[in-house]
Amino acid sequence: MLQDILITGLINSGVYALLAVGFSLIFGVARIVNITHTAFYMVAAYLVYVLGHLWGWPAWLAIVAAVIAVTILGLLSYRLVIEPVREHETAVLISTIALAAIFQELMIIGFGGHYLSIPSLIDGYSQLAGVRMTNQQLLTLVIVAVTLVGVWLLLAKTRLGLAIRATAEDREVANLMGMNVRHVALWTMGISVGLAAIAGVVVAPLFVVDPLMWLDPLITVLAIVVLGGLGSLKGSVIGALIIGYVETSTVFLLPAGSFLKSAVALSIMVLVLVVRPEGLFGIAFEEER
Amino acid sequence: MTVMRFVRRGLTFLRTEVFVLPSRIIVLLFALGLLALPLFTDDPYILRILIMTSLLATFAASWDFLAGYSGQVNFGHALFFGAAAYASALINVHAGLTPLVTIPLGALLAGALGALVGLLCLRLRGAYLSLTTLALPIILVSLFFAMPELTGGELGIRRVQRITNDRVINYYIAVVLMLAVCGILWKIGESKFGLILHALREDQVALRAAGINTTRYKILAFTISAVAAGLAGAVYGHFLRSVGPATLDVQLSFQAVIFGVVGGMVSIVGPVAAVFVLYPLTEYLADFEVFSAFRLLIFAVIVLLVLLFMPRGFVPWIRDRMETVCQRCKNRNTATRSSCRVCGTALR
Repeated sequence: MLQDILITGLINSGVYALLAVGFSLIFGVARIVNITHTAFYMVAAYLVYVLGHLWGWPAWLAIVAAVIAVTILGLLSYRLVIEPVREHETAVLISTIALAAIFQELMIIGFGGHYLSIPSLIDGYSQLAGVRMTNQQLLTLVIVAVTLVGVWLLLAKTRLGLAIRATAEDREVANLMGMNVRHVALWTMGISVGLAAIAGVVVAPLFVVDPLMWLDPLITVLAIVVLGGLGSLKGSVIGALIIGYVETSTVFLLPAGSFLKSAVALSIMVLVLVVRPEGLFGIAFEEER
Repeated sequence: MTVMRFVRRGLTFLRTEVFVLPSRIIVLLFALGLLALPLFTDDPYILRILIMTSLLATFAASWDFLAGYSGQVNFGHALFFGAAAYASALINVHAGLTPLVTIPLGALLAGALGALVGLLCLRLRGAYLSLTTLALPIILVSLFFAMPELTGGELGIRRVQRITNDRVINYYIAVVLMLAVCGILWKIGESKFGLILHALREDQVALRAAGINTTRYKILAFTISAVAAGLAGAVYGHFLRSVGPATLDVQLSFQAVIFGVVGGMVSIVGPVAAVFVLYPLTEYLADFEVFSAFRLLIFAVIVLLVLLFMPRGFVPWIRDRMETVCQRCKNRNTATRSSCRVCGTALR
């Protein structure tokens, strides 16, 4: 029981962390609440199904191709749909909701509304410090860890990362310092969607794939980023760990737990916000004071 | 005598306040048209769609009152709709009270819930407020799922009593409710109270500095909006004869936001117009075999196109084509006039 909670919780938290970090990044840089974020995750999972399972491409190629294709899709959506209405905050929300609905409907038309399952990319079990887990789970954990460290290195050590952090902190001043804020936003969108796509390809073989799979993680990711503080990456990772483990423990420990998992997670978020309105690690923004 | 004076005053009002602006004439014709419709048809399909449209329009207008006027962009507005629907249906089924009693009770409960949510969200701003309110109906739905004996779980409550079996009376209940609620919300929005709500949206600190108790007005805005949404929800439950988790769904909350933004916020008329254009259109298209699979897709594409070309919503866009604002006194004028109807200033 405890082992199950530990492993499942870690995997859920890792996937949530990937999604939440991407969501938080684009919110920080461009102040966009991107509802489509988890829809990109769904599209990536479907692409793995098509490329890897139906067309029989090798696993690594299917994964890489899916991530690249979804990133391009994300950049196109940003340029064509989000950027034209960027000035109107609620219009951005609605257009991203509409975009997510369009992706969902396209998947229903293309693949039907039913569940699809994808066989594991690699087989077998491993024994790790006395805990037995499938190689697929292990691979997921490794990919998640490598990606998160990669994002951290990118943000902390490169010039692009510096520009992203500067723009997130103060858009106007970053612009005055000679950074092309529009390009920075575009790069950030690419990274953000790329992270969602990676999350999508790693969960595709673990969970089932269906056209509504973006809704549940969307709510959870919103809870995580609000709990951790919008725009804060540290907050997103810690929030993901908290919510991921709370959800998993609720499912394993409580009767009717699978019904209550989001209720418990969201109640924790609401409680934290009542005490700390800017989340655990949030920055109080100038215009929102 | 008094009747004559009343009629004369009404006619003067119509001549000086309504017939001077095309947008007001359209609203008047629309309301009269809705009220006169049963004279021409009692087709159950049309009446049914218009009842649903009216209830949805009431719901969207109540969202606009909260999110548009006072700037508290609520993403979980279905909470009030669903809570009132469930409460009204539960009282009706278990205590056997007539819908005429349970509907106000449900709306009152929604109002209390609104005050509570307002209290909870007092310190939250912007995206934090939206995302927290989004969570609330989801929490309630999970609680309902966890106690299926009372709430019927996924199936919901069934065999809820109808208000009346006459479909024309049902139609009038929904339409009059919509017109009355929207009229009251619009009137509040135009009053001094509404002015304070506008200020609440623009600058809370300045409002507090002016000696106004922002807490009180925020909670009042939540309560009024919740009562309006609750009325729509309770009537909805009694009309459909069953109340399920769909009344608390994220999609319903999002619909309020979509109608509000596509129609144009801070106008009450905007969301109502958006519902009356989009809802019957998608229902009508869904009847064709070819389109039924694409219903949500078409809806989403229309919404996207409207936003790309008219980011402030289509009602303000159309109104700006028909009317101009006087530079001096800020009153609206028909676009064809050369001088302002109120202060006589030349219009451009």
